[in-house]
Amino acid sequence: METAKEHFQIVFVGHVDHGKSTLLGRLYADTDSLPVGHLDKVRDICARQGKVFEYAFLFDAFLEEQEQGITIDTARTFFSWGERQYIIIDAPGHKEFLKNMISGAARAEAAVLIIDAGEGIQEQSKRHGYLLSLLGIRQVVVVVNKMDLVGYSEEAFRAIEKEYRAFLAQLRLEPQYFIPASARNGDNVAATSTAMPWYRGHTLLESLAHFVKLPARTDLPLRIPVQDIYKFDPRRIIAGRVEAGTFSVGDTLVFSPSNKTAVVKSIEAFNVPNVIHSVPAGRSAGFTLDEQIFVERGEVASHKDAAPEVSDRFRANIFWMGKNPVLTGGRYLLRIATTEVEMEVEAILGIIDASTLGRGESPQRIEKNDVAEVIIRTRRPIALDRYADIDTTGRFVIIEGYDIQGGGIVMEVFKDEQEPFRAEARRRDFEWRRGEIHLDERVQRNGHYPGIVLFTGEKGSGKARLARHLERRLFNGGKQVYLLDGKNLQYGLGTDLSGSDKEEMVRRFGEVAQILLRAGQIVVSTTNTFALADHQIIRALVHPHTVITVHMSFVEGALPDNTDLHFLESDDLKAAAKTIMELMEEKNILL
Amino acid sequence: MKHLEELEDKSVYILREAYKNFDNLCMLWSIGKDSTVLLWLMRKAFFGHAPIPLVHIDTSYKIKEMIEYRDRLARDWDLTLVVGQNKEALEAGMAPERGRMECCTALKTRGLQQVLDEKRYNGVIVGVRSDEEGTRAKERYFSPRDKNNDWDFRDQPPELWDQFKTRFEPGTHVRIHPLLDWTEINIWEYIKKEDIPVIPLYFDRGEGLRYRSLGCAPCTTPIRSTAKTVDEIITELRSTKVAERSGRAQDADRGMEKLRKDGYM
Repeated sequence: METAKEHFQIVFVGHVDHGKSTLLGRLYADTDSLPVGHLDKVRDICARQGKVFEYAFLFDAFLEEQEQGITIDTARTFFSWGERQYIIIDAPGHKEFLKNMISGAARAEAAVLIIDAGEGIQEQSKRHGYLLSLLGIRQVVVVVNKMDLVGYSEEAFRAIEKEYRAFLAQLRLEPQYFIPASARNGDNVAATSTAMPWYRGHTLLESLAHFVKLPARTDLPLRIPVQDIYKFDPRRIIAGRVEAGTFSVGDTLVFSPSNKTAVVKSIEAFNVPNVIHSVPAGRSAGFTLDEQIFVERGEVASHKDAAPEVSDRFRANIFWMGKNPVLTGGRYLLRIATTEVEMEVEAILGIIDASTLGRGESPQRIEKNDVAEVIIRTRRPIALDRYADIDTTGRFVIIEGYDIQGGGIVMEVFKDEQEPFRAEARRRDFEWRRGEIHLDERVQRNGHYPGIVLFTGEKGSGKARLARHLERRLFNGGKQVYLLDGKNLQYGLGTDLSGSDKEEMVRRFGEVAQILLRAGQIVVSTTNTFALADHQIIRALVHPHTVITVHMSFVEGALPDNTDLHFLESDDLKAAAKTIMELMEEKNILL
Repeated sequence: MKHLEELEDKSVYILREAYKNFDNLCMLWSIGKDSTVLLWLMRKAFFGHAPIPLVHIDTSYKIKEMIEYRDRLARDWDLTLVVGQNKEALEAGMAPERGRMECCTALKTRGLQQVLDEKRYNGVIVGVRSDEEGTRAKERYFSPRDKNNDWDFRDQPPELWDQFKTRFEPGTHVRIHPLLDWTEINIWEYIKKEDIPVIPLYFDRGEGLRYRSLGCAPCTTPIRSTAKTVDEIITELRSTKVAERSGRAQDADRGMEKLRKDGYM
């Protein structure tokens, strides 16, 4: 039996009318890759409809396409040549169909760009080059088509080659070959042209064989975005695709952003001949852990020494395909690997002009088909990488309404003021020596999860009164609860600190709180000592435990960021405590 | 066999995404080789389990062996089987003699629609492959269908980097296509690699005939072939240039384009 062939995906892109469909039709016809009778069938249809036969018709599956003369959607066709099975993705060139081109090109390993020798380089040709570079496609062949229309002139070809090469060089894209061709006449498609003796390079067909398979991402740091957790049988299997790196049984994995750690106990699979010891990048895997830690979809497993970044703010290049323009402050859903999170466009830094690759000045909005540089803020910190470091965890899509309307790549991950504390928490969590009792067991006995309620507000606004009342209510209800006042730390844990070491005091408070949370306690915190920024530090240190922030004031007014509940000094104590407890239920602290 | 691993990984990824994101999911099982490979991939994705119900549309014109094979696998693999049938149309005498398009529309498209309406599935996993015929090459992995079950192939949402359409308007549903990248040969290579039990109708049993594509008895004809094993089928397919569905009557005269636009799988 013949051995199975390697698969290779190539996208064909080009400006509308530059002859992409004709080139594809010719490639298939000349390599005898069409089903028996197909060529005759299409010739018959043309004869019936009184049309002149064109190779382009071979792939137009829908009547609409033939009538409009443009390819509407990304179609995939297959053809075998040499040692390979090629999957050809036919991406439309019409401007309106950017989303189809993106859908097609995003899954390709290489691209063939088509330029009309007569029309030369159009804005579209540049935009296509730019998008290919944005999508991470590095292997490109450029076909200068319709050479018959310029008398097979070498000068015409060289001029286009020179100009387009210079443009692509700015994108750090270097085409493997520039091929002068005439798809209609079959020059340099599958057969070497006799009309262009000055060209001694490859035909298109030959050039395809020179594309190489992309190296697997095995050498990169490990990334397994958790896809789901299965409990179909006694095994608790964590399922996810290895997006980069390799993992083995016995490896210690850390999960970001929760900072949980555990050791891989087994790698699971159905109908495999041998026990699996390790899994490389690219494979959809499943594994069990030595401990029943709580991890969920969206977290990214990695090795301890090369974990992904965790942040809620980053700079990105995005392309927008939605009808509604993107405005500063616009809110969407962001999906990166298996994470889904609410996001906001904090700033639009510029629209990138695909023709000049320049950045426009302080634009107000991003229109459909624009490529832009933006700052994105997510509602909670997520695990991510710079696209340049690890592509699969450094690219994302933006969802508006029910559909994906944009995509982008992470250029720079910002570190906010809390970053040193977040980093501290991660280091501490990675190295934490756990006792015999797991949090799950504590939750089961206590009948609730741990969580922290932070009170903020002016002095005398009734914070302490409400906090004490809440502590009493929870305790009487059988909950494990402790009221932690920042002041109590001053004379013991903070005895070496002066008043100016406030940040260090806050850090120590956060560390104490996180120990109480690990012990399964509900922590109620009220203090006048800490300001709003301090609460952000506490949040970073107690992550991923649930935090509820309650603000109190004398009169109605603007609320600090991240406030969950607001009460007035004059509000009824019991009703306020009840509202807080309802939120604790909603946030899954109380069950 | 690296490419088979790649295909399997992608399909498994898609199945797990579907299972996570759709609360009322089903998988269409025609009993043919493709949807049986799909069923096998579900067991791969879920570590030997088949948590998604399988819907079979029984036109009553299926080849008898197909039904026996279906029931045996359902029992052996602990499958949840949902059988749909357009009884009204059958009672009213619907048959291929009334016209193939009419029959397919009534017994398959309408039959499926009835099950989807009754069970309110919002995700339907289907084993179509893009190399089967032109219209299927235009499908996305996650392809929306509107309230009337129509497919607007001109305005499909973008799909990239394995981020799929998992949000949809109430009343609409999404067709999920984990086998889109597979070819007919890949299916057979995988059947061989995994040793998947396929229905014997695909093999020549001494008469020099075998089915290459399975459908209803009156509208599907066997092809001339002496392939008796999976290996022989693979060898045969490597040398043929006759379209796989050449034995399927419904494909003639743009039949599939019209059928699929109206919700045929």
